This record gives sequence, structure tokens and C-alpha cells, in this order.
Amino acid sequence: MRLAILGAGDVGRSVADLASEYGHEVVALADSSSATVDSSGIDVDSALEAKLSGGQVGEDDPETVFDTDYDVLVEATPTTLDDAEPGFSHVKRALEADRHVVLANKGPVAERYEELRALEADSAGSIRFEATVGGAIPVLSTIEDSTPQAVTAVRGVLNGTANFILTRMAAEGLDYEHVLAEAQDLGVAEADPTFDVDGTDAALKFVILANVLSEGGFALEDATVDGIQNVPGSALDLAAEDGQTIRLIGEATREGVRVGPRLVPENSALAVTGTRNIVQIETKNAGSLHSSGRGAGGPETATAVLSDVGRLPEL
Amino acid sequence: MLGVTVVVDEPVVDGDAETDGDATADGDAEAETDGGVRTYTVRLELVDEPGELLRALSPIADNGGNLLSIHHERGNMTPRGHIPVEVDLECPPDRFEGIVEALRDAGVNIIQAGANRYGEEISVVLVGHLIDTDLSNTLNRIQEDASAAVLDLSLSAPEGTEPVSSARVRLAIDSADIDDTLATIRSIGADKDFTVVEPLPGGEA
Repeated sequence: MRLAILGAGDVGRSVADLASEYGHEVVALADSSSATVDSSGIDVDSALEAKLSGGQVGEDDPETVFDTDYDVLVEATPTTLDDAEPGFSHVKRALEADRHVVLANKGPVAERYEELRALEADSAGSIRFEATVGGAIPVLSTIEDSTPQAVTAVRGVLNGTANFILTRMAAEGLDYEHVLAEAQDLGVAEADPTFDVDGTDAALKFVILANVLSEGGFALEDATVDGIQNVPGSALDLAAEDGQTIRLIGEATREGVRVGPRLVPENSALAVTGTRNIVQIETKNAGSLHSSGRGAGGPETATAVLSDVGRLPEL
Repeated sequence: MLGVTVVVDEPVVDGDAETDGDATADGDAEAETDGGVRTYTVRLELVDEPGELLRALSPIADNGGNLLSIHHERGNMTPRGHIPVEVDLECPPDRFEGIVEALRDAGVNIIQAGANRYGEEISVVLVGHLIDTDLSNTLNRIQEDASAAVLDLSLSAPEGTEPVSSARVRLAIDSADIDDTLATIRSIGADKDFTVVEPLPGGEA
């Protein structure tokens, strides 16, 4: 497949870097201000080098990406809320041109799911978005394989930053502010960690899961969301007295989406440590399935994008 | 790890006036004929292993209970994945407590005794200004509004009583009402501006 990649952050760059390993060709790579486009294949190495040294991937206008002869648009621009722009318009343009779209951007799938599906229905192309939920962990493809109708609930830990903070608080008996500063030093938490610690990032992923289970109907505003900022170290100590710990757990069902700090047994599968993620897929006929792995990171998330590309039919 | 759980019902009499001579209770109507024998229903939860039923019945027989019927609900599962068993027995009221204690001593977890019907124990952690907002009122509301029995409480206020503190409250609740109970505790938390850290449903995790 010929890939046009929008977004040159960790994920977009990793997709470009790994594409050839998975048998695909990159014909365009763009960030918000520049692009490099060549329908016979771009020089990925020099584009990545240009991005890292000068901040621009090339000399072309990002608009020219849509004029390139590509099979799959990889939407890896930053997640935005509400109207989910410009990601949504990127997807729309590609589908209207009868191309496939693979999203790593959570915004359009969480906030405008029905519109995406309507555009897809009118297009020869299709959309896939494994990378939006749980990075390298095959969550959506597992649900697809089990068929969504047979899945009754999905629960789990889908934010590594919040999980890292809770794990360190429990292990070291430290308070939230202290551990957050440490996580920022280690690069686990961003300078502004709000979306991770207030539960928004996890909620977007569970909204996407609820949309998949229900064929739409959910947006972030429909989710009940609590973060971990108000959980003191003493709460973790008390939980430990009972053989339990506290994790930021999300739940998606056909009835709704809920994210918040919950008590889980210390030895349970959901009590993953550090930045690890886990999902529990509760099925009607086959009990619970668990998948755990790296829920974030450039190369990890890029493998989910490239798996999606591999599942697309030829146009 | 307890293999057996017991649920006790007393359909015939409210067995308050039994043991310790503390006759404060509701000793309502139903005068007892002396030496009277009462019928009790005991609900057990058994692990599906050979010998478990016998292990659970022995303490009843050994302590003066007369077994009337045993309803072994094979094929049914309790929320914890155990098999429910209903036992009808008769004994004098003053022996009933002894039977319950013997079951406990045999490693049988009593989650319902007397007139209370409790199917499950859960813990919640509350975080907030627990002391300023009248902790005993909070606990009372949990008992009354959320129909849960507070079994124990562990409070942690490392920075004194004024800043935010945390409490772990262990509750006995009727497993059929778990969602309602938790919803009520959430709304008490919302009233008093607490964070309520709840357990996950199912316990399978």
C-alpha cells in the first residue's frame, strides 16, 4: 500500500520509519506547516532528519498531500476535542476521494463516530483505528474477531501516565505531587499532564470502545469521568490493608462510559504496574479475555497503524 | 481463604432473646413455649469440591441442630462462583448462636446472621473532608440509606483532621443490591464532596 501520513509526531514518524519493514511505501509525510511528497516514494530518512533538525519535514505545502496518488491516509495529527478538527476534515477528504483511512488520532472516532461511519458508507475506502485504543495492544481487532454483539463490556487501564503515578504512590508511600514531578522528569508525564491525570485521555478511548460496541451514540460529554488528582497516598495505604490497590479504571458498555479510580485486588490482572496498559474484554459466550502491553509510544502505536493497513482490502 | 459462606434466615422468630441475657431487643409478640424449638433457614455458599457439603453440615448437627431439609442448588452460581445451598434446621433459640459460631470456627464465613441478610462484603475508600463533615453521620447514612452494614472502618489522616483524609469502610451488603448500594454511597459522596473509590463489579478482575 502507498501511505500518505499526516502528522509527524512520535507516531507519524514511526509509521514512516517502519512502513517498509511491513511492505508498504510512504508517498507523503506532512506536519502542520510542511510536507514532502513523491508519488514514487519519499526519502523517509531525510524527511525524518529534516523534521528533527529543522522542525520541517520538507519544502512542499501540506495541501499537496491530498493530490498525491496514495491508497491509505494515516491520520496521526494531535487529538483535538469537540469538532475534532482538523483531523475530521482530513478523514473526510480522503474518504470522499475513495481512499482508505487509518487513524491514530482519537478525536474524530470519539467525538464524531456516526459522521465518520456515514462518510465511510458513501466511500470505496474504509476506516480503521486500532491505534486509538491501547497502542500496541490489539483491542479493537479482538472485539472485531469476537464480534461486537458478543462483547458485553470492556474494562481496563488505558492510561500509562496515571497508572505510573498510582503505582509509584503505592510502592513508595509518596504523595501525588511528588510522584508527578518524578514522572515528568522521566518523561512519562507531559509538562501539562491534565488530560492524563483527569481521566480525559482514558475516557476518549472508552468512548471509542462504547461506539464500537453500540455502533455509535457516544461522545466525551456522555462519559462519567473522575481523575486521580484527588487520590492521596493515604487512600492507597488503606486499600493495601485489604490486599487491594487503586487503579484508574475505565468501563465501556452499551449503557455508557465511566472512568475513575477504583479498588482492585493487588493480585488481579487489572492491577498492572508502571506504564503498562491492560484491557479485559467481557464476552457473552467465552468469558473474559485479557490483553496487556504497551499502550503508548511511537513504534508501539505505529505497529497498530501498520496492522490496520495490513487488514485493508486493495482498492 | 474461606471455602464456605453461610447465610442465615430466621423466618419464624427474631432470635434476639437468645444468648447473653441482653433482653433489650424487640422481644415482640410470639411468646416462646419453654424449651421450644424453632425453624431456621441457613443459606450456604459452597466451593464445588468433594466433602464441602458434609463439612458445612457437621457443625450444625454437632451443636444441637436438627436438619430438616437441604436444598443443593447445583447448576446455580452465586456471584462469587460458588454453589448455593439452603438448609432448613430446627433447634432451641439458645442454641442457634452456638451453631453459627461453630460454623464460623469451621472456617465457614458467616455473612448473614440474625434478621440481617447480607450476601457480600465489599470495601470502599472515601477521600475528602471526612471529619469536618461528620464521619459518624456519613456512616449512619451508609447504613440507613444504602442498606449496608458497616463492619469496620480504617481512617487515615496523616496531616491532621483538617486537610483531606481517607477512610476505608468495609461493608456487608446484599449482593443483589450491590449496584443500588454503590449508587447511594456515590450520592452521599457527592453531597459531602467526597471522592468514592469503589470496587469493580464482578470481582473477577
